[in-house]
Amino acid sequence: MRSVAPVLTVLAVIVGLWYLAVAPMNIRVALNQAERAGAEIVPEGAVQRRQTSVWRLMAQNTAFVSEGYALERPRLPTPVQVGEELWKTTGKMVMRGRAWSKRSLIYHGWITLQSTLWGFFLGTAVGIIGAVAIVYSRVADMSLMPWAIISQTVPIVALAPMIIVLTSQIGVEGRGLPKAIISAYLCFFPVLVGMVKGLRSPGPSQLDLLKTYNATGLQTFLKLRLPASVPYLFTSLKVGIAAALVGTIVGELPTGAISGLGARILIGDQFGAPLAIWSALFAAAILAGVLVTLLDVAQRVTLRRMGMAT
Amino acid sequence: MNTIISANNLDLTFQTNDGPVHALKGVNLDIDQGDFVSFIGPSGCGKTTFLRVMADLEQPTGGTITVNGVSPREARLNRAYGYVFQAAGLYPWRTIGGNIRLPLEIMGYDKAAQAERVEKTLELVDLAGFEKKFPWQLSGGMQQRASIARALAFDADILLMDEPFGALDEIVRDHLNEQLLNLWDRTGKTIGFVTHSIPEAVYLSTKIVVMSPRPGRITDVIESPLPKERPLDIRDTPEFLEVAHRVREGLRAGHSYD
Repeated sequence: MRSVAPVLTVLAVIVGLWYLAVAPMNIRVALNQAERAGAEIVPEGAVQRRQTSVWRLMAQNTAFVSEGYALERPRLPTPVQVGEELWKTTGKMVMRGRAWSKRSLIYHGWITLQSTLWGFFLGTAVGIIGAVAIVYSRVADMSLMPWAIISQTVPIVALAPMIIVLTSQIGVEGRGLPKAIISAYLCFFPVLVGMVKGLRSPGPSQLDLLKTYNATGLQTFLKLRLPASVPYLFTSLKVGIAAALVGTIVGELPTGAISGLGARILIGDQFGAPLAIWSALFAAAILAGVLVTLLDVAQRVTLRRMGMAT
Repeated sequence: MNTIISANNLDLTFQTNDGPVHALKGVNLDIDQGDFVSFIGPSGCGKTTFLRVMADLEQPTGGTITVNGVSPREARLNRAYGYVFQAAGLYPWRTIGGNIRLPLEIMGYDKAAQAERVEKTLELVDLAGFEKKFPWQLSGGMQQRASIARALAFDADILLMDEPFGALDEIVRDHLNEQLLNLWDRTGKTIGFVTHSIPEAVYLSTKIVVMSPRPGRITDVIESPLPKERPLDIRDTPEFLEVAHRVREGLRAGHSYD
């Protein structure tokens, strides 16, 4: 509860800066619109104004600055406009019983969430298995780790279309699987790194202790390495699920997808609907926040049960 | 008397980037059943290494050593000894009872035997009633007692302790020393105890092994003339001070002032 005040303070600052930025960002659009409606603008004509700085435009046309806060297609919408759009495409549609309509962000969010979760499970499994291999085999340590690092330097936007083409070549229908693979591609890495660190966290004397008991390798893994890695695992999972969501959205962007939050962002861009972009963006951020919070709760509960709560 | 541990001309050389380090050189020592043997010396004298060789955690590069008449490795496989490290090293995700149960689970004791032994050893180290507590709920001294209980749980005849009270303050240390003597008296175990505190070594031991560094070797073995019954104030008697003096002399003689 202690963190509420600082969080709210930062939020207030962001919203304040956002409101301040709306005026210069939207002044040209606002002036063009006012001029078409017959208002007197200095200087005259959109072409003329392109040469003038936004600050000058605002200073010379103070009466129209406020128009920038109520545009239908703003360059930068106000927080309230984004909020209204979000409500219109979620809660309001639910109240009208149209939650699963193609215009509803709940529908698109659900599509994205499904791929994210599949990608998250796939990536986590690959990450954990890879970490176990790296910790237990010197060969895997020297061969897998460099590739894992290199894999993260390849831009995912370049890989995504290839993954979609290749999966369709082997007869996979739909975009669910390729999106999950793209999302797993981003998600496995933090899990792998965190689990390697966690599995290696027991010190030499802890391993010596088990040696004096003549414990088997499996016993060492189950009774020492695995439980010792749990705090590291949860930290990685929180990073991993956010990465999985980003991966899914990227997977929806360049691939001609028509549903999912990524598709909404792209379509909003193509059809000049900034409000759709911003509301999809916020929906994605809220979704990420919810997922990370759920994992955080799971982490607290698990660590408390294990007696490791701090 | 039964010889439990016998080292014969034992050598151990570590190869490091700065050349070989002679951790142990020509070490001869017999430890009899029921002995309480302290190893004392400055850091780098090989006292911990010697203890680790007995436990098969380090391999000697020369000479021979037997534990219970067999090689350290066989002794380890027979679970002949319990080992207590300097840090208690309790698993934070296990309760005190769970930590003591750890070796028993690994060694395949059944549930009833586990519960019985946990209860028995907790009583032995005066921690009855703390079974369900987690390590962080206990003081450092209590944690170290729990780790001794863990080493005692499977009833090995030998107890090897590597500076177990090194990180504790003097008052707690006195108390634990007294308890350790009591425990040794009740169980009749053979104890190997590494320390760098002269009073601790003299107070606890029947035999004090003084070691010196570069190369790690034994400079003196002192059979303690002190009686088995040792209240804490025995440390003010002339006999005690005499032994302590001899230990100090041994340490000084072995120390090269270069």
